Amino acid sequence: MKKDLLGIADLSCDEIYRILDTAEAMREIGGRTIKKVPTLRGKTVVNLFYEASTRTRTSFEIAEKRLSADTLSIAVATSSVQKGETLVDTAMNLEAMAPDMIVVRHASSGACHLMSRICRSRIINAGDGMHEHPTQALLDAFTIRQRKKRLDGLKVAIVGDLLHSRVLRSNVLLLTKLGAEVWVSGPPTLVPPGIDRFGVRVSTAVDEAVADADVIMMLRIQQERMQGAFFPSLREYFNVFGLTTERVKRAKRDVIIMHPGPMNRGVEIASEVADGPYSVILEQVANGVAVRMAVLYLLAGGVEEGSHAEAAA
Amino acid sequence: MARSLARIAHEILERNKSVEELALVGIRSRGVPLARRIAAIIRDISRHDVPTGALDITLYRDDLMRHAVGAQPVVRSTEIPFPITDKRILLVDDVLYTGRTIRAALDALIEFGRPKAIQLIVLVDRGHRELPIKADYVGKNLPTSLSESVQVHLTELDGRDEVEIQR
Repeated sequence: MKKDLLGIADLSCDEIYRILDTAEAMREIGGRTIKKVPTLRGKTVVNLFYEASTRTRTSFEIAEKRLSADTLSIAVATSSVQKGETLVDTAMNLEAMAPDMIVVRHASSGACHLMSRICRSRIINAGDGMHEHPTQALLDAFTIRQRKKRLDGLKVAIVGDLLHSRVLRSNVLLLTKLGAEVWVSGPPTLVPPGIDRFGVRVSTAVDEAVADADVIMMLRIQQERMQGAFFPSLREYFNVFGLTTERVKRAKRDVIIMHPGPMNRGVEIASEVADGPYSVILEQVANGVAVRMAVLYLLAGGVEEGSHAEAAA
Repeated sequence: MARSLARIAHEILERNKSVEELALVGIRSRGVPLARRIAAIIRDISRHDVPTGALDITLYRDDLMRHAVGAQPVVRSTEIPFPITDKRILLVDDVLYTGRTIRAALDALIEFGRPKAIQLIVLVDRGHRELPIKADYVGKNLPTSLSESVQVHLTELDGRDEVEIQR
């Protein structure tokens, strides 16, 4: 592994499979009475979250604790960031206390890349702006592989707010690397220009995108990132792009429905689909812990020759 | 190798009066097929199925993260599909050397419950212990020098049964 996990873009297929295989072994630990192994004993992991998060932060914290790391979570609302401290200063101050790893979520794309250049600590990207969310894509791939036994050759339809989604970017990079056929769909105002260059098929007709799909992945309408009107109303959005029971019928009979959460029920997905038999949404959450344990374990080891942490060491 | 394992199986039954209490746990990789073979021999002798599990000790190793360069060792799954509390656990590995693997395995095993006893079975004991650990059943004592390495090959994983000493 390289020093940091900043995005799927930096990972080779071998590294992705190594993470997924390691996560397979980590999953068993969650089923034990004593859900803890001593692997990261004495390592300090800081969770630095500049944006709201329940799932990702909890999932990282549980993963860190199951590996016996010492963890602390910084809630930015009560930190010196409110007094005007810059990201660089916060990073250098944290670095002075010599943690081993820092898990970062930030509203600006590239925030963790900046921290990666400043810090000797390993940086894990837990979502940076509209750029990447690598551990989400890895847990999605893990969940798909668990259900479908493979990733290559599957038709995966990703539907929703494509423009603002870091989950989309990481998933497109990962799924195309591993040979899946990826279709994306959403309102034209929310389709990022040039997305077809990532090797995906674009359609503004949801019915075409989900036809015969093995996997349907819904994305949240990210109103907090929307400046301007991208569609007339949430009700109209649901009617045209929402995932309903009727739309699910167009996909393969053993389709799985995914959503990275948090869900807007009745906006991008109907409640009966979210809670229905094809939904693997809660499996995604459960698998998140195992995948993050795998990432923490693999990053805690030695770095590849030639990477910049080795030069710094 | 077959004769050593048959002798070990007989010794196990001689030393442990109630077969019902026994369970075999193989340490990955080569302890696992060895544990299965011993279970098969015990079945032939006593008509009793001894439950068999697999233990991966990677996450319990004491030499993780000691190296600045190089990938982490591969973690494989642990499968112990039975409760170990109040069982007599027979831990199986191919080669006993420094004893550090067994130390890690004892730590890992105890997280699954409180066995009545743990006994250690090894195919080869090559000496050079760094920890106070001793095997209860040994296939063969093989005096070696530190510069040599001992590799066990098993049909299930390597296509042949062989113990190889390399200088």
